[in-house]
Amino acid sequence: MPQARPRTWRPDGWLALALAIAALVLIPVAVTLAAFAHPQAELLAHLAEFVLPELVANTLWLGAGVAVGVGVIGVSLAWLTAVCEFPGRRFFNWALLLPLALPAYVLGFVVIGLLDFSGPLQSALRAAFGPVVLPQIRSRFGVIVTLSLALYPYVYLIARNAFATQGAVALEAAQSLGHSRRAGFFRVALPMARPWIAAGVMLALMETLADFGTMAVFNYDTFTTAIYKAWFSLFSLPAAAQLASILIAFVLAMVVIEQRSRAAMRYGAVGRAAHTRRIRLSGASAVLASGWAGAVLTLAFIVPVTQLALWALPILGEDLDARYWGFFRHSLVLAGSGALLVVATSVLLAYAGRESRSPGMPWVQRVATLGYAFPGAVLAVGLYIPVAWLDNLLIDRFGAAAGVLKGSLVVMLLAYLVRFLAVGFGPVDSGLQRITRSIDDAARSLGHTLRTRLARVHLPMLRASLVTAATLTFVDIMKEMPITLMTRPFGWDTLAVRVFEMTSEGQWERAALPALAIVIAGIIPVMILTAHGDRAHG
Amino acid sequence: MADVVLDSVSQSYGARAVISDLSFTLPQGVIGCLLGPSGCGKTTALRAIAGFEPIQSGTIRVGGELMSRPGWMLPAEKRAIGMVFQDYALFPHLTVAENIAFGLARPAGRAARVAELLALVGLEAHAHSYPHQLSGGQQQRVALARALAPRPRVLLMDEPFSNLDVELRERLSLEVRDILRREATTALIVTHDQNEAFALADWIGVMHDGRIQQWDTPYRLYHEPANRFVADFVGQGVLLEGRVVNEHQVEIELGVLNGKIPVACAAQGCDACVRDCRVDVLIRPDDIIHDDASPLVAEVENKAFRGAEFLYTLRLPSGQRALSLVPSHHDHAIGEKIGIRLAVDHVIAFPRP
Repeated sequence: MPQARPRTWRPDGWLALALAIAALVLIPVAVTLAAFAHPQAELLAHLAEFVLPELVANTLWLGAGVAVGVGVIGVSLAWLTAVCEFPGRRFFNWALLLPLALPAYVLGFVVIGLLDFSGPLQSALRAAFGPVVLPQIRSRFGVIVTLSLALYPYVYLIARNAFATQGAVALEAAQSLGHSRRAGFFRVALPMARPWIAAGVMLALMETLADFGTMAVFNYDTFTTAIYKAWFSLFSLPAAAQLASILIAFVLAMVVIEQRSRAAMRYGAVGRAAHTRRIRLSGASAVLASGWAGAVLTLAFIVPVTQLALWALPILGEDLDARYWGFFRHSLVLAGSGALLVVATSVLLAYAGRESRSPGMPWVQRVATLGYAFPGAVLAVGLYIPVAWLDNLLIDRFGAAAGVLKGSLVVMLLAYLVRFLAVGFGPVDSGLQRITRSIDDAARSLGHTLRTRLARVHLPMLRASLVTAATLTFVDIMKEMPITLMTRPFGWDTLAVRVFEMTSEGQWERAALPALAIVIAGIIPVMILTAHGDRAHG
Repeated sequence: MADVVLDSVSQSYGARAVISDLSFTLPQGVIGCLLGPSGCGKTTALRAIAGFEPIQSGTIRVGGELMSRPGWMLPAEKRAIGMVFQDYALFPHLTVAENIAFGLARPAGRAARVAELLALVGLEAHAHSYPHQLSGGQQQRVALARALAPRPRVLLMDEPFSNLDVELRERLSLEVRDILRREATTALIVTHDQNEAFALADWIGVMHDGRIQQWDTPYRLYHEPANRFVADFVGQGVLLEGRVVNEHQVEIELGVLNGKIPVACAAQGCDACVRDCRVDVLIRPDDIIHDDASPLVAEVENKAFRGAEFLYTLRLPSGQRALSLVPSHHDHAIGEKIGIRLAVDHVIAFPRP
């Protein structure tokens, strides 16, 4: 019998709490959009004439290029590993996720360092053949290829799940109706997986829009780099805010498409992983499959990591000094406190969803976890402005000594919280779902009060989810660049900041050491992901 | 004394009444059952007794102590009422022994009680297993042992066997009855499966539309259903058109039936129309006996082989249909005409609506 709960709408404390968390997402959006309430004609005219056309064109080209790039790489590899059998498939199945550990900006500076005019490849070519002219690597094409190699795992991961649950069955059904395998793939399997593929591509595009580090390395002007310049070089908050608000428009379009795809996924899901026979590739097609997967893995992970190690090793002795450990410590402290904040807020938001009887709660939760879509540069601006305003208010009331917020970690931690709440909320919420209502009721009927229920049922059952949430958030914050760069208080340089500073001076060797530390940390979530995947697919 | 007494309990969600005016008494040591189709309110009643749902009118008492009244309820954790959940709700992070010990607050005697219950449900070998390592039937028994461990005043069971396959269901329900007897537990079970109810319960309340239609022993529910719903829901049977001859006799097309008790028609405030009152008479499959010597014949319209017997669907001369259970060596073809006679002890008749 369904346990229909009373559906009377009564605002409650849990709802108020969830609304407060959701407000953290809405405030930066509102603040940046409010920049248009006081349009500065001169500024706008300047932006519109000299900056915007190029930014918009760059962004659109980049978006289109990366969408095609991650789509082709991600879908092809997902199909091969999910449905086909070829030499090395088991290895590639998980190894192709490894590039997730490599932030795009790290891949970016390795690519530049390797292929630039003064890099080893061109130098070697010149030594061997005299003056040769390779296409300019710091180009639109270069950025698109780099980001596609860095971001394809989003599409690969999600499309692989789709193909694994329905791909082979769909193909067999199509074949039984007289279609060739090839027609079956294009007419049935691919269209069926469309919502999944779209969701993956949208995630990759959100990362593209949010990316700052890669754009900076490639000198490719997009909104994030323009916001950064307006912030640091022009010291113009309004310009930064107005650029941010345009970027938000792009982002919201992505969000709408992504959420729609997810809704379609819910209806399109056909349940269990099918245990059908894989398509055994042989001969040339097997070689092609292994070769393609191997090439992607080599370019996206093996070459860059090897190059990082080659750069880092010779200078290990001199660079592993007190300053390096300072960056390391700052990264740990910030990622640690950010992860704690995110997990604590995730727990509150998840319990609010469980305990509240408000019908609007799922929507509030959705808004509260939308921050993952917003570029760090936007959040930095959108949260800095209100905090600075609050600071000035305090100074007016209580004197200069009261203005402590701006120079503190508040803005940075708030921005981390908004951006990474979804990362922590996912595991916590699904962990909480496993504590069914009847498990709670059982503990009550056995005489346990709220306190002992939390201590003896909820905490032990949630422990693994909390650890997963904290780890994922920790690593994401460690990799994070624009928020840290723009809002860190004086003296709070982290590994990511060090990577940015060294790469902007073209010192690849010195950027390699902190980058390696970030990559090693980044492998942990890949391992978590792989373990989950193995469990889900037997 | 741990009688469970519900006195005109009502509960509704918005405009929809889930239980209305529910009253019954479950005496100490008795196994009761609320039986009804899904959505009849039986689970809500159970959860109200457990203390998970408030009530809007009436009172719930256990052993004379007030548990719930409108606007107030004793918290579930203070009631000492055990519950076995439909999905068992075992704690996945605890072993079998730890699950059973979960409700034992005091360390004194805890180990002994856990051992006792493990023996009672036959799971000594699995004391240190985790729930996911057990079969469905074993999980069910852990849930039962866990609920019984603190010696609850009443044990509630919500569709306890619905997640098990049919064969296991029958065996386990007998086992559970045995276990409840040995622990002398007052128990209330909720189910939609009448075989389960018959196997387990001393008293059964048939529920429909949030009301108890009849609170009675299984035997009387089957043989003396109080109304059409109970007659239809419990057991198999058909209603045949009939005419009241006098207080103890009803005529149907197969002859005149002599009841030992006054026909229900008269009991339902229809005094004026006792004679010639038009009624529907309940005829169970075991009321019609196959007899080749009988002058009454009916045509076999359908048959279902049940092993020891056939369940024949018979077409009577008037076109009405009736069921008959016949020993299975009487194998008749569909369309064949066979002799039948009536063997009716109690005449159950309902006024024609």
